Amino acid sequence: MTIAGALTTGDVISLRGITKAFPGVIANDDVSLDIVGGQVHCLLGENGAGKSTLISILAGMQQPDSGTVAIGGEIVDISSPKVAVDHGIGVVHQHSTLVPAFTVLENLMLGETGVMLDKKRAAERLAELADLLGVQIDPHVLASDLGLGQQQQVEIAKAMWKGSRLLILDEPTSMLTPQAIEHLGESIARVKAQGLAVVLITHKLREAYAMGDCVTILRGGRNVGTIGVDELASYTEDQARDAILAAMFGDDLAAAGESASELAGAAEATLESRSIDADTRPVRLELRGVTSRASGRDVEAEDVTLTVREGEILGIAGIDGHGQAALAEVVAGQRSASSGAVIFDGADITRSGVHSRQQLGVRYVTDDRLYEGTVGSMSVALNLVIKRIGQRPFWRSGRIQPKAVDTEARRLIDEYGIRTPSPGTRAGTLSGGNIQKILLARELTNGARLVVVNKPTYGLDLKTVRLVREILIDFAAKGGSVLLLSTDLDELIELSHRIDVISRGRLVGSVVNDGAGTAEKVGQYMTGAIEGTDR
Amino acid sequence: MSDMLSAAFVTVFIATVIAQAMPLMLAAVGETLGEQAGVLNLGIEGVMLVGAYTGFVVTLTTGSFWIGMLGGAIGGVAANLAMLILNVWLGLNQIVIGLAITLIGEGITSVLYLQNYTKSPASLGQQPKLTLPGLSDIPVIGQALFQQSGIFWICILLTLGLAFALARTNWGLSTRSAGQKPSSLDAAGGSVMRTRSMAVLLSGALAGLGGAYLSLLTTATFSPFLTNGLGFIAIVITMLSRGRILVVMITSLVYGLAVAVGPALQVVGFTVPADIIKMLPFIIVIVMLIVFARSSVVPPALGAPYTRGAR
Repeated sequence: MTIAGALTTGDVISLRGITKAFPGVIANDDVSLDIVGGQVHCLLGENGAGKSTLISILAGMQQPDSGTVAIGGEIVDISSPKVAVDHGIGVVHQHSTLVPAFTVLENLMLGETGVMLDKKRAAERLAELADLLGVQIDPHVLASDLGLGQQQQVEIAKAMWKGSRLLILDEPTSMLTPQAIEHLGESIARVKAQGLAVVLITHKLREAYAMGDCVTILRGGRNVGTIGVDELASYTEDQARDAILAAMFGDDLAAAGESASELAGAAEATLESRSIDADTRPVRLELRGVTSRASGRDVEAEDVTLTVREGEILGIAGIDGHGQAALAEVVAGQRSASSGAVIFDGADITRSGVHSRQQLGVRYVTDDRLYEGTVGSMSVALNLVIKRIGQRPFWRSGRIQPKAVDTEARRLIDEYGIRTPSPGTRAGTLSGGNIQKILLARELTNGARLVVVNKPTYGLDLKTVRLVREILIDFAAKGGSVLLLSTDLDELIELSHRIDVISRGRLVGSVVNDGAGTAEKVGQYMTGAIEGTDR
Repeated sequence: MSDMLSAAFVTVFIATVIAQAMPLMLAAVGETLGEQAGVLNLGIEGVMLVGAYTGFVVTLTTGSFWIGMLGGAIGGVAANLAMLILNVWLGLNQIVIGLAITLIGEGITSVLYLQNYTKSPASLGQQPKLTLPGLSDIPVIGQALFQQSGIFWICILLTLGLAFALARTNWGLSTRSAGQKPSSLDAAGGSVMRTRSMAVLLSGALAGLGGAYLSLLTTATFSPFLTNGLGFIAIVITMLSRGRILVVMITSLVYGLAVAVGPALQVVGFTVPADIIKMLPFIIVIVMLIVFARSSVVPPALGAPYTRGAR
């Protein structure tokens, strides 16, 4: 079976004047671009630049308000995902679309039209695609048992299942180890060699340069610059970076200066905070062989031993869902430890509840900032003091003191730069970045000594990411301790003094973050422990 | 006492188990279909009653049990249309709609029955048996199992067919994905609306069939609130069976056993208060819930209306 409907090299999918508005924002404003077979076309831009909207239009998930899509010169109306599939447009979404409870094969067969499930034919097609991508995929394993790198391989196979002419990858590298990213690069090159067009969405410049043949930059929903094939090939990496940054940030570049390139992940991430003489500092938090227990289906922390010293940021690296939440909650007191001891400032707090740990200065910024972290229907001001319920001066004899609450809220709003119309605004109406600032303001104030942060910058725009990281560095510089759980390796390397790697609830390795090579070491621990078959 | 355990007694006992288990099984299979597609139907009690009543009326008018069963199925589909339109298409809350369907089903069938049939309570009599040559000559079991009405066999075949379809066909895969992760089905080019609509209608037909089986074959008459909580027991069994239709069949038999064992005890001479006997099936369901509830797994997308693009 050959790839049906593949473009001959040089064939074109052209978008012309694509405009799409949502209430309050114009996500795409008159965007035009050409996607050519046999090339990798990188789409770059900040969060909210309109990349995702553009691809959901190509994928048939959304219809443009105006503008046209033409394939090989013929205008097509991509009115549903099915039409997109029929035109050979396959999308690998940022968030997995695999059904966890289905096997690989069942996931791939979903959407077939015949009456009976044809497992034999499907297995053949999978073998064919695995061969093309240069990967090995076990067809009978449950999707939920796959590592993220393998899940993505299945997603790519799924996107190409019906014969593809265009493969769209939406931020495919954001959750992968460095080794898995390399693998992905090889697969993309093989797909490209088959004459397919590839659209790669990323916000990391060095990936765009390494994998892309041409680059289009979106900003504020507009196409603000394209670097063609010949042009990009003639650039050195530095020249390409400057050209992309100029388009990405426009006039802001001068003002943003060096930080702009950091923002865009142009350079290798490096440690921002000064190295500290860790050994001489007192231990703030110590876990001794802690195993957590809860009734849910989460991966639990197993026999975790770690120390965090005063003024230290300890990073915990790991693929999402490998016990990070359990570890964070067992420190915060939201989950009980079935064995082991949690020692804080020399005192055993294993049996203490959330409230008494709060009083001691143990704080927790959850990754579920919308539901667990804030009450969306309550005001910003109340969300800022909600953990001090019943305490003076905000509550007196059981009654809330609006004035005191308001004063404190204004102070925190000022200090942390929370952009809200007023302290009385409902927290749920703010952007994700501002909600995260509410959480940080609430947890880091009033005697915080240790803060546990889980995925603190996930899904935030670049400027807020910068700000959140600075807040954490600042907190540590003033003697606070941070336990930073993150899936973003660059973030861990930028902030942490040491990085432990978690896998299936256990710490499997520890790396001192002292310069080049940290990413590879951490990546090896993650790879070795999790994706043994996915070298 | 030992001579009470005669062949005839065992035959009657097995027939009772089956007669009690079948309506529950059909309804629970219907509920399973809906839940696998992500639609929790709390209205199944009402749907069963509508099916039972329409089946009863149609059989009285036409004189045919077969057409009566068909009428029951159609009645069930009609009752489930509310779920289809209000929930699947318009995205309203499944729990509210489900409870409304139950209340409406109970109310409408009671009123109509009292209006039309109280003066001359009607009974349907016996449905002719389908004797399977050879098999029905087996002593004891032969008479109980192989002298059932043809409707029994059709229902069993229907259930087995659905179990097969759910596991082995593209339709089954789509249906299950609509309950697991509808966005995946959508992205794969399938239609969540069409898949769920079909599942809801089939679910209604099966619940209606269950109701009709109850009124036509098990009790041979209709009375207000005939189902007496059977629909809710079907929901319990569905949740405990985790979408496996064969397990639904077995659990239904256990229920049938619980219902049949009480009268049997009385026949063999145990004096058990009638109240205890009536309680027995419910006690068994509660015990099953206590023992197995922790392992009950519902599809992740159960109860959530699907809107494309919403996370």
